[in-house]
Amino acid sequence: MNPTASSEPAAASAIDVSCRRPLLVLLLSAAAWLVIASAFALICSIKFHSPDFLAGAAWLTYGRAHPAASSAFLYGFCLQSGLGVSLWLLARLGRTRLAHHWLATAGAVFWNLGVTVGVFGVLAGDRTGFEALELPGYATPMLFIGYALTGICGALTFHQRQQQPLYVSQWFVFAALFWFPWIYSTAQLLLVTFPVRGVMQSAIAWWYANNLRVVWLWLAGLGAVFYLVPKLARRELQNRNLALSAFWLILLFGSWGGIPNSAPLPAWMPALSTVGTVLTTVALLAVSLSVWKTAGRGAGPPGALENLPLRFVRFGALAFLVAGFMRVLGSIPPVSNVTDLTWFGPATDQLNTYGFFAMVSFGAAYWILPRVMGLDFPWARLARAHFWLASLGVVLLAAPLAIAGVLEGLKLRNPDNAFMDVVKATLPCLRLSTMGDLLMALGHAAFLANLAGLAARFYLPRAASLFSSLTLDLHKPAGAKP
Amino acid sequence: MNYGPLLFLAAFFALAGSWFGFVLTPQAQVGRLQTTNMLGGATLYPQARPGLARQGLEVYRANGCADCHSQQVRQSGTVCNAVLSETGTNLPAVLAALLKLKPALSEPDARQWLSTLPRPVLEGLKPAEADAAVKVLNGAGAKAAVWIVPVGPDLARGWGKRRNVARDFIFDYPVALGSQRIGPDLANLSARQPDAGWHLRHLYAPRLEVKDSAMPPYRFLFERRKVERSPSPDAMVLPPGLAPPPGHEIVPKPEALALVAYLLSLRAEAPLFEAPLSVAPGPPAVAPGPTAGATAGAAAGTTSTNTAPTNAPATP
Repeated sequence: MNPTASSEPAAASAIDVSCRRPLLVLLLSAAAWLVIASAFALICSIKFHSPDFLAGAAWLTYGRAHPAASSAFLYGFCLQSGLGVSLWLLARLGRTRLAHHWLATAGAVFWNLGVTVGVFGVLAGDRTGFEALELPGYATPMLFIGYALTGICGALTFHQRQQQPLYVSQWFVFAALFWFPWIYSTAQLLLVTFPVRGVMQSAIAWWYANNLRVVWLWLAGLGAVFYLVPKLARRELQNRNLALSAFWLILLFGSWGGIPNSAPLPAWMPALSTVGTVLTTVALLAVSLSVWKTAGRGAGPPGALENLPLRFVRFGALAFLVAGFMRVLGSIPPVSNVTDLTWFGPATDQLNTYGFFAMVSFGAAYWILPRVMGLDFPWARLARAHFWLASLGVVLLAAPLAIAGVLEGLKLRNPDNAFMDVVKATLPCLRLSTMGDLLMALGHAAFLANLAGLAARFYLPRAASLFSSLTLDLHKPAGAKP
Repeated sequence: MNYGPLLFLAAFFALAGSWFGFVLTPQAQVGRLQTTNMLGGATLYPQARPGLARQGLEVYRANGCADCHSQQVRQSGTVCNAVLSETGTNLPAVLAALLKLKPALSEPDARQWLSTLPRPVLEGLKPAEADAAVKVLNGAGAKAAVWIVPVGPDLARGWGKRRNVARDFIFDYPVALGSQRIGPDLANLSARQPDAGWHLRHLYAPRLEVKDSAMPPYRFLFERRKVERSPSPDAMVLPPGLAPPPGHEIVPKPEALALVAYLLSLRAEAPLFEAPLSVAPGPPAVAPGPTAGATAGAAAGTTSTNTAPTNAPATP
């Protein structure tokens, strides 16, 4: 079922109201974590050219601030905003209210508690040492309960849908909903609770990181893309079957990846990982073709702010393609001999997580929240500034890092280049990427300000009227809302 | 396909496939690796790191050293060298054989060449070529052998003698392979820089030891305190700009000593079946973990005697 095929269902506003509280909690705290993450990322970035910057305190050393930034971003922002958008999509596309929406709200509270405890643990020196799974073990129960509550709400909403035929987005979002608990429990059990021996730790950590940063983010992000693009371009989704084949390809081949060719593991593992990664090319092309045919030519709706979500989503779709191809390239042995263990990997990762997933999430938030709250964002100009800051920031972050990675890799191939000279050669690129980090941090602050402003705009009059009704007329029931 | 349960099963089986491939199968293959004999000897490898070094790995993890330092030496392949170790008694025959193998050499040069043995006659050969060369030399009564030599940019840089293999890490938790080389690879750090004093000074003020280093200082691993009755033997010897005011001294905290013990236990050069290389006979060229770690603890106590880095590597 295509979201543009029929006029707005009668229940749309009721659905939005049922999503209001969980979505506000999820997206507002996601934005807050995003600002925290980019503050830490900025500190880390500065340390590359001034290593003495904030070096005195243990909790601000690079090896703690860096995992704090990446965990706050991945768990605080990505998973949280992904869940929020997914819940709304499941409710809207299923033409049903959010089932037991208090479950999602409670889940969000637990989740944020877990991330908070975890990030403080990382800063205190309790990081696990496994990339993408840095939050210490004692944060896990809270995270797990938080996800379970939110996920159950999503699954129940999916189950009670009023519309039997499924739209493409529902496939992606529903698979993502189950993907995370499986990979997280495997990684948590085998790496932290009952650790496996030797390099198996690295193999599982790579498997988990790939499943989280590639498969989960792709599933959740593309679910939003396939809903928003037809909606915003006011055209039906073209080549629906291409989108569905992308779903199957990502499911089948996406999770066979992430193991670097240099890994001290049996040689078949990196080889298989390369094959799986290369096969995702087909998915990349299928998604891009489908999105391009739907929104490439079609003009967005008139009005600047109306157009804004589409700009975010288009940027995200482009970054998806570029990052996906960088990932494929970086997995092929002749290239990976140069790019492995250099800045090229982080560049690919940043482009995928920030350039694709975060940008799509921003677009979704700018589209969904005004509907859910029944109000417009307070500062339209700030939102437009956010788009320019974020897109310029991502480009300034990822492009110099990719260049630095190739440069570093090529220079390291020649043993006559002293290591310090190689490091120095990458410095100009690292300085540029600090600029990117700074622009992104400013953009994220603008995003948080707009979200907080919207929440204030919604709740302040209600609080004021509640206060006056309580003080003026004590006989009126306190819970009465306009 | 419009049914939730079917969609659920599809996702489940897709993920179960990759779980089977990348979690279960490798666990069966390398999940229970044990110590083994080194090639050409009865020494067991690897040995568990000593206690202090194991505590050091915790410091390494907590402060994210692996964010900037990999522990994965890569190798692009192996070549064979024909190595002459003894001339034997029939010197003219050996000279003739040598000149046949190295036509560029003149006879006086060849005599000179033979004075420092063992040394490779021909390098970078295929196994069959190396066998042929060795046959020529042995036929002349000399003692020659084929040496297996791993090659690659990392090895040429002096970061190790062979690639890292799964067995190098069986006793580590967490395994700190790292994903980036913002700093140099550390898999064989103790072979390059065995001086504990150097490591302590480098942790306290990296640019003291390595010019323009991008490493942040780790001064929170050190303690500045008043000198009590007599200065501590552990006190750091620092240049005027960094030295504490008179009456004070800077000593490494236990974490710093543990971290240095761990760094000095980093050495993975043993010749193994899965990563063969030839080592010179005589005193064992490979010191397994415990020896290095044990000396680390002892050496860490003698930092006051450190004056200048004696064997600082060219590319630390």
